[in-house]
Amino acid sequence: MPETSRKSRLSRNRTRSAWLFLAPMLVTLFIVAAWPLGRTIWFSFTDASLDLMADAKWVGIRNYLEYVDWGDGEGQYYGLLADARWWRSVWNTVRFAVISVAFETLFGLVIALVLNQQFRGRGLVRAAVLVPWAIPTIVSAKMWAWMMHDQFGILNDMFLRLGLISHPVAWTASPDTAMIAVLIVDIWKTTPFMALLILAGLQMVPQDIYEAARLDGVPAWRTFRKVTLPLIMPAILVAIVFRALDALRIFDIAYVLTPNTDATRTMSVYARENLFDYDQFAYGSAASTLLFLVIALITITFILATRMDLEGRNT
Amino acid sequence: MASVELINVSKSFGKVEVLRDINLSLEQGEFVVFVGPSGCGKSTLLRLIAGLEDITGGELRIGGAPMNDVLPAKRGIAMVFQSYALYPHMSVFENMAFGLEQAKLSRSDIERRVHEAATMLQIEPLLDRKPRQLSGGQRQRVAIGRAITRDPRVFLFDEPLSNLDAALRVDTRLEIAALRKRLPDTTMIYVTHDQVEAMTLADRIVVLNGGIVEQVGTPMDLYERPASQFVAGFIGSPRMNFLSGPVAEAHGAACLGIRPEHIVLTPEGGDWTGRVTLTERLGSDTFVHVEAEGIGPVNIRVEGRTDIAAGSTIRMTPDPASIHLFDAAGRPVAR
Ligand SMILES: Nc1ncnc2c1ncn2[C@@H]1O[C@H](COP(=O)(O)OP(=O)(O)OP(=O)(O)O)[C@@H](O)[C@H]1O
Ligand SMILES: [Mg+2]
Repeated sequence: MPETSRKSRLSRNRTRSAWLFLAPMLVTLFIVAAWPLGRTIWFSFTDASLDLMADAKWVGIRNYLEYVDWGDGEGQYYGLLADARWWRSVWNTVRFAVISVAFETLFGLVIALVLNQQFRGRGLVRAAVLVPWAIPTIVSAKMWAWMMHDQFGILNDMFLRLGLISHPVAWTASPDTAMIAVLIVDIWKTTPFMALLILAGLQMVPQDIYEAARLDGVPAWRTFRKVTLPLIMPAILVAIVFRALDALRIFDIAYVLTPNTDATRTMSVYARENLFDYDQFAYGSAASTLLFLVIALITITFILATRMDLEGRNT
Repeated sequence: MASVELINVSKSFGKVEVLRDINLSLEQGEFVVFVGPSGCGKSTLLRLIAGLEDITGGELRIGGAPMNDVLPAKRGIAMVFQSYALYPHMSVFENMAFGLEQAKLSRSDIERRVHEAATMLQIEPLLDRKPRQLSGGQRQRVAIGRAITRDPRVFLFDEPLSNLDAALRVDTRLEIAALRKRLPDTTMIYVTHDQVEAMTLADRIVVLNGGIVEQVGTPMDLYERPASQFVAGFIGSPRMNFLSGPVAEAHGAACLGIRPEHIVLTPEGGDWTGRVTLTERLGSDTFVHVEAEGIGPVNIRVEGRTDIAAGSTIRMTPDPASIHLFDAAGRPVAR
């Protein structure tokens, strides 16, 4: 009996110190995450505007959806959920996230496999690969904007010389290419991050099993498919979730590189426009709230669909 | 048919020569153990035979055919790694079947071979488990089982027992001895630095030191007729006593070697007198450490238990027939 009571006192102590250690983070998280999020959700149910935030009054779900009856039996839906521009920006964002993360994962995997090989100057190359990731996004967006400039950009110059295009393309301004421009910059910038996360996963794979596979005469491609890939899959999935969370919030590249284009207006850009440019603070808050829900939904679906091992049961 | 021959084999990593002029000839069905101190090149030699490393110079033949440029998978060898090298994401069955699938065997053939090996090693109930759900000893058996399914001509072991605890080591050692009886035509090469494993398992022992072969011989050859002071010190436990000075010079040698079990206590007068500094009691034996007058520290092995206490003075006599003599270079001196 005294045995068990002593043990439980010990574990009570451990629980108490665990909470003590967690407290600063919980408080910080509450201040910087939970509180602003709660405020945003609250504003989305009010008629707040930028200069009248204090007098904001509850208006229900009007910002999200409202049916206005015109009196003659006709009427129309208003609100975010009935806004085609909003749905366009949701589609833009999701499309951007899927394509960019797919390419970043693919390129990141290839680069990680190369960086995992023994060769002279590997340390230097590993550091060099990180450069695009280290450059602030605004700087790289401006840099690319200049390279993609329709008259003076190096991209048009090179493509013209190579004969790939017959006349200069306005990469960032033309609706056909604006999304491609944003994708190129994002993929260029973020592939190193993916490569590094996947490289970390690769380095966890024990080397001796590759020798076992060699003795078994397993060809390189099959070794990759049957041994390497399954073993680094958890790392890849975590990297994808990280990247997807980021990509779904995409704001800076789209905003700096291709301002005011329907083709690249993302959820974040849409929310910002309403919050600050159009003085529709409540409406912008509603957009921010939906943005949060969309991201949460997609992430949870992804985690469930891939049966991701977040609790480390398999390690 | 599956003899293994090494002819003037050498191996360098960059400028560092790790193995030099290795000449060995192993017969089919022989169990040969490579021993030697850490870093002497045992693993490297094994990996050369497996084909995991390229041979820098010389020739390797298996079953009479040159193997220098043959892919590992085509050499008819199987290897058990010190770290087991099991695929962590595959079940025991898949681990054992993976290589066979590559060999284009039919499904029923694969299942038959895996189950045969599993039965032989009593791991049948574990076939659905992942390696992380196994104990160290079970993993070791799976690694051996995986090697067996390959039906190799030459079986290579690199310190297969070094990650096991003492009791399990003994059990697994006996199992390897049994396995060896069941596969009488398979040549086995076994790397260890545990000389008990070497003495008990080997038909012949190859003692390596600093990248060269010091001696090749049966365990008793090595024990009774070591070809150098190094081998004399390396084989046998506890270590042979090496005495220099007047005792050795009296025999015309630089060094006199005598094993602890070849010195007998002779209370009624003996050749040497000494003061006991320490006794180690193992139950079956007692090791008595003595500071012998005019000779130096000597370790004596006494069967059973004795009541000799530290600090007492004893008399002892070395068995003249078991004395080994070495010159200054460590080579044996003829008596
Ligand atoms: N890939 C390599 N590159 C350079 N040197 C190596 C390499 N592999 C082994 N060596 C060197 O070769 C020598 C022999 O190594 P080896 O692994 O064969 O020793 P060993 O006898 O198996 O030792 P242990 O008992 O500790 O396992 C060592 O000095 C080691 O440093
Ligand atoms: Mg070794």
